[in-house]
Amino acid sequence: MSLEFSAESKKKIAALCERYPTKRPVVLAALHLAQKEFGHLSDDALRLVGTTLDLPYAHVYGVATFYTMFRREPGGRTTIRVCTNISCMLRGGYEVLDEFSAKLKLAPGESSKSFSLVEEECIAACANAPAVLCGTKYFLDVTPAQVAAIIAELEREPRPEGEVA
Amino acid sequence: MALADRNTKLVSAKFGNEDAKTLAGYEKLGGYQMLRKALAMRPEDIANEVKASNLRGRGGAGFATGVKWGFVPKDAKEVHLVCNADESEPGTCKDRELIYWDPHLLVEGMVISAFALKAKHNYIYIRGEMMREYAVIAKAVEEAYARGYLGKNILGSGFECHLTVHRGAGAYICGEETALLNSLEGLRGQPRLKPPFPAIKGLFGNPTIVNNVETLMNVPFIVDKGGAWFAALGPGRSGGTRMLCVSGHVNKPGVYELPIGITFRELIDEVCGGVWKGRKAKAVIPGGTSMPPLTYDELDVPIEFDALMTDERIKPVEIAPGVPFDMGGGRQLRSMAGSGGVVVMDDHTDIPKAVWRIMKFYAHESCGQCTPCREGTGWMTKVAKRVADAQGKPGDLELLASIAHGIAGNTICALGDAAAWPMLGFLTKFRPDFEAALAASGAAA
Ligand SMILES: Cc1cc2nc3c(=O)[nH]c(=O)nc-3n(C[C@H](O)[C@H](O)[C@H](O)COP(=O)(O)O)c2cc1C
Ligand code: SF4
Ligand code: FES
Repeated sequence: MSLEFSAESKKKIAALCERYPTKRPVVLAALHLAQKEFGHLSDDALRLVGTTLDLPYAHVYGVATFYTMFRREPGGRTTIRVCTNISCMLRGGYEVLDEFSAKLKLAPGESSKSFSLVEEECIAACANAPAVLCGTKYFLDVTPAQVAAIIAELEREPRPEGEVA
Repeated sequence: MALADRNTKLVSAKFGNEDAKTLAGYEKLGGYQMLRKALAMRPEDIANEVKASNLRGRGGAGFATGVKWGFVPKDAKEVHLVCNADESEPGTCKDRELIYWDPHLLVEGMVISAFALKAKHNYIYIRGEMMREYAVIAKAVEEAYARGYLGKNILGSGFECHLTVHRGAGAYICGEETALLNSLEGLRGQPRLKPPFPAIKGLFGNPTIVNNVETLMNVPFIVDKGGAWFAALGPGRSGGTRMLCVSGHVNKPGVYELPIGITFRELIDEVCGGVWKGRKAKAVIPGGTSMPPLTYDELDVPIEFDALMTDERIKPVEIAPGVPFDMGGGRQLRSMAGSGGVVVMDDHTDIPKAVWRIMKFYAHESCGQCTPCREGTGWMTKVAKRVADAQGKPGDLELLASIAHGIAGNTICALGDAAAWPMLGFLTKFRPDFEAALAASGAAA
């Protein structure tokens, strides 16, 4: 199945290509857009990015698999990134992650239709640890007791990461 | 001209002011006046003020900004300025706040710096996970273009300056400046061999200056009040103020702009309301997890670049009890001021477990190019985990030290050192904690 970018994405990519001496630097932005439109980066999505930017498939594949925000498999609508790095761990980050895991019945790294649960490295919110990131929304100073309410909020108001792609 | 006090706020002056984030609000507070002033100066004069200011890089290494700018060849045809907004050093959370609260200060700082460097095509590399901040800075850049602060002929000066916000996609290593440049060029984010240094051959093969968010945001103040004024704010060879991010076991964690030279003890007790639950600090990471930790007895050292490297009250890092680690040429490693991320651990902290979590981070983030880093960070994580889980084996502490020692100084980029130094530092200063964990494993140290 061959894919196509929406008119809006095509416009964004064309505008970005003006900002660099070649098209290759636009690969990250194009991958973000492809993930937004197609949900994940299938082989076809990678091929589309390649033909759009005149890049070999192998190059696009190499880039897409280097960065942790890109996913090759379908994921949930909202990605819940729970930081367990040092500052968060010191104030209960793992307990928060465990609570998400129990409530969502997802192990870190797993997805349902609504959610992907990710054990995240430091998200630069250490002074408000434990911190959780969902798209453009931060949940700060989170306690396990707040997790159920956070999930309910995200069910009402999903925070897809593609919002800013 | 005087030293900064705790009320001196430069880069954080607009924190909490939603209005200041818009172009109109920023202009009302005097925004872009420094750009006007700068455009009437000669680029060399701005660079000289920055040199005189003793501004030192806030990204981690504390390198003198004016000196770095001076490395760009005078006859360069095309130069680039790149802002490093990849902030992901554990414990560090200042750049994210700075961008969120004062995006136009970053834009103004970049245009002024680009003018001084004669750089036309410039970039902000922002960490992929910072989606909220990306939206904020992208809007500020758009507003600045619309008002003529960016574009072909800025404020009629004839200076052409473009600024593009480039999103990363999740990789700590892209904060390392040459990995960042590769990522900007559309490659995997793997560090380059140095030399050549970016100031000679960087982005698209052109001389490139990479500076941290906070570094660039200080430039408008230097243009405003002069390099000498800025230099006088700080002690010794460190000008200005410093954003410190305090996290962990304190009563009031936070991101604070403070005088350079405040001591760790003053920071914890006076600014952050002391250690929580009435406890005592046991270990303090001074500037992001890559820097060797301090003990309770070492907290009277000022938080200043040179002091952390040379103050004799800080015990040098060892590779074995009584054997100092040699950084090369007999130089000892005490610690470094790093990124401003101060992580406080109280006296109930499980140190081996904390060290395991730090090592797990570096193993996850190693780009895999160098064998000592790729294999070594994985091994340290595995061994630290079994020690922390009371499953350690005799000789594990020596093993950890020898793996760390094998990484340090033997890799393409500083991520290797960033993993090795805290490993050696914690082993040096908290050995009894590791020995107790080994004893609990039934394995004597
Ligand atoms: C592994 C690694 C990660 C780094 N991450 C960052 C970062 O997130 N932000 C940053 O400004 N500098 C980071 N640095 C330092 C940069 O390589 C570079 O020194 C800095 O951006 C220069 O800016 P400055 O002189 O203004 O500090 C990192 C270095 C290493 C080795
Ligand atoms: S030291 Fe580690 S992160 Fe740096 S280039 Fe080598 S393998 Fe990559
Ligand atoms: S350690 Fe969790 S946000 Fe920094």
